[in-house]
Amino acid sequence: MPISLAARNVSHRFGNVVALDDVSIDIPAGRATALVGESGSGKTTLLRCFNRLVEPDRGQVMVGDKDVRTQSPVSLRRGIGYVQQHGGLLPHWRVLRNVELVPTLQHMPDSADAARRALELVGLSSAQFGSRFPHELSGGQRQRVALARSIAARPGVILLDEPFGALDAISRAELQESFDNLRHDLAVTTLLVTHDLAEAGRLAEEVVVMRKGRIEQRGSMRDLIRAPATDYVARLIDRARAGLEALRA
Amino acid sequence: MRCRLRIRILLIATMTVPAIPIALAAQRQNRPVVIASKPFGESYLLAEMFSQLLESRGFRVDRKPGLGATEIAFGALRTDAIDAYPEYTGTGLIAILHDTLPDSVAADPRAVFAHVARRFANLYRVRWLPPLGFQNTYAIAVTRSTSSRYHLRTLSDLARESSHLTAGFTADFIGRSDGLVGLSRVYGLRPRAVRPLAPAVKYQALASGAVDVIDGYSTDGLLARYDLVTLIDDKHFFPPYEAAALVSSRLDSQVPGAIAALTLLSGRLDEKTMRQLNRRVEVDGEDVRRVAGDELVALGLTGAAHDAQAAPSAWKSGFVEYLWDRRATIAALTVRHLELVAFALFAAVIIAVPLGLGLERTRRIAEPTIGALGVLQTIPSIALLAFMIPLLGVGVAPALVALGLYALYPIARGTYTGVRDADPDAVAAAEALGTTPTQRLLWVRLPLAAPVIMAGIRTAAVITVGAATLAAFIGAGGLGEPIVAGLALADTRMILSGALPAAALALAVYGILAIVELLVTPAHRRKRFWRRRTEGPDAIATPAA
Repeated sequence: MPISLAARNVSHRFGNVVALDDVSIDIPAGRATALVGESGSGKTTLLRCFNRLVEPDRGQVMVGDKDVRTQSPVSLRRGIGYVQQHGGLLPHWRVLRNVELVPTLQHMPDSADAARRALELVGLSSAQFGSRFPHELSGGQRQRVALARSIAARPGVILLDEPFGALDAISRAELQESFDNLRHDLAVTTLLVTHDLAEAGRLAEEVVVMRKGRIEQRGSMRDLIRAPATDYVARLIDRARAGLEALRA
Repeated sequence: MRCRLRIRILLIATMTVPAIPIALAAQRQNRPVVIASKPFGESYLLAEMFSQLLESRGFRVDRKPGLGATEIAFGALRTDAIDAYPEYTGTGLIAILHDTLPDSVAADPRAVFAHVARRFANLYRVRWLPPLGFQNTYAIAVTRSTSSRYHLRTLSDLARESSHLTAGFTADFIGRSDGLVGLSRVYGLRPRAVRPLAPAVKYQALASGAVDVIDGYSTDGLLARYDLVTLIDDKHFFPPYEAAALVSSRLDSQVPGAIAALTLLSGRLDEKTMRQLNRRVEVDGEDVRRVAGDELVALGLTGAAHDAQAAPSAWKSGFVEYLWDRRATIAALTVRHLELVAFALFAAVIIAVPLGLGLERTRRIAEPTIGALGVLQTIPSIALLAFMIPLLGVGVAPALVALGLYALYPIARGTYTGVRDADPDAVAAAEALGTTPTQRLLWVRLPLAAPVIMAGIRTAAVITVGAATLAAFIGAGGLGEPIVAGLALADTRMILSGALPAAALALAVYGILAIVELLVTPAHRRKRFWRRRTEGPDAIATPAA
């Protein structure tokens, strides 16, 4: 069951640095939303508010119809998939056991089966890869395993923090495609943090551009291109376009 | 759950090694009479005579030979940790009381004894038994050739020529006011250099020309062996050094029978006899027990040949044979040594591992705390052991505390850095996916940190095996005992009979713990661990494409 996410008037500081400045956003269930911006724009901080890795100074954060503060961080996180840039696989656990982590935490009776299914969903044969250690995989394969781990317990929402950021271009494109298929199949709410506007446009139905802890603009990629709300958004689009044109030339 | 298995191995390894039973509880009631000595030949010999004499009168005796030096032995006596040891009135006067007497009094042995005995009774409630009958003063000695070359006959002559000469003095002598400090003041002695030497090597150092002048004792057996010239104390700097038994207030008040027995030796040993006895031990390499026993028989104080156990330690027999003869002793000392190491290490692990884990949670105080433990490490072991005496007396307890303190640093450091640096990405991901802090610790941090923690424990174990040899200086026994005794008696084989097993023990402990370290290394790193051993460092980075 996909779950909606919401943030209301959320502000947060790290020391003197404003990370989030009165941000409000609604993410409907089953949709894919991308948070885009430069480093320091607050996109990762906002993402981490939803699984209480960051406790905002002010405002309300909702997962489904519940304020996150009403749940313990541990049980909240077990219901939310999470993928980070460097997959964060436990290096001393074999692939299958890594993927089984959340099903085990949730005491699912068929956790090994769930892990195997998740591996197949991300395009890895559990027979071939299940008993390997993470260091025996390529970077792309490791991120696939991390993705499998995040969906193994079938969460209603997945948070992805630059999940493809450390990959080479080809692995990245392959994994983006797998992910796109996967999320449609699972009908899961996804919130993706990326600094790559093209990636955001490709994977998300809605793009949220953030800058200095505030939301500059949100809309479909087409809306952004057609009517950039601020100079900053326009520059961001120009830059992405220039990158593509340099490739064509 | 192989990972849990490894944690279990880690825990078991740290807990079972020390689980060798030992009765630590010092029985205050009904305890044996504890006889100690300082670490030089004559002191060993006199203490052994005290011991055998008491045993012949039916007392149980606990021997603590070779206690550090004056401070440690006297400190132990004052706190009733030991009951008696041989001491010298001059040492009592100057090194312990720091008294100066008018020349007329200072020259009279009886007056000095009376003064010292009265002052000790008042100040420390410690009793001097009547003197044994001989004096053993410091004998500042040079070789015959040095004596004729510089025309040295008296200490004043020595002071005149001292800027050309290198002195090799025992550490005790260098620091004492009735030693070098006083000689410099009274005679103006200023040697070109002063080398601190162990008592055992100073005669050899002098004979080989490494030093020009040494401090000996007038009753040393080695003075004659090396044909040395003893310089005359023409300014009467050294007070009389009458030997006597110094006894604790506990023994004095609670075991009068022991006092009566010890007093039987008073006035019975003259200087000539003592020199001969010392010579048998220090020059001929005879066993201290046998020499002491023979003399007690000769004095008519004990019956004949009671100690069949004492192995003859003559120089002639081969070293292997010597070790074989002493195998039971060496085995017992090795077991005691292992007990010391195991218990100290066990205590250190129990304290330092949780400490390291705790510091990882409170990182602001981590470095200062570990730094403070590091400072402990810089205290010389012998000094740390000596610090324990006022608090815990002598014997096993203070040694365990001191050794445990030494072992804290490497273990706490290993635990803290191991857990802190354990794959931060993996720890962060485990947190984000809903593991509890305990699960992260048990599933992620500890397994990944296990090799580093074990490496810390291994370092601590090897340090402890080495430092435990010094525990003999405070009467804790172990393989240091023959080392200290051998140094005091100038008996190389005796030194080796402690040093070789200690070295073997260090290697064995290192090897065994290396295997444990391998067992607790997570599987994904174990392969690389082997590859690193066999193929060199280039083989480590092998991500499969």
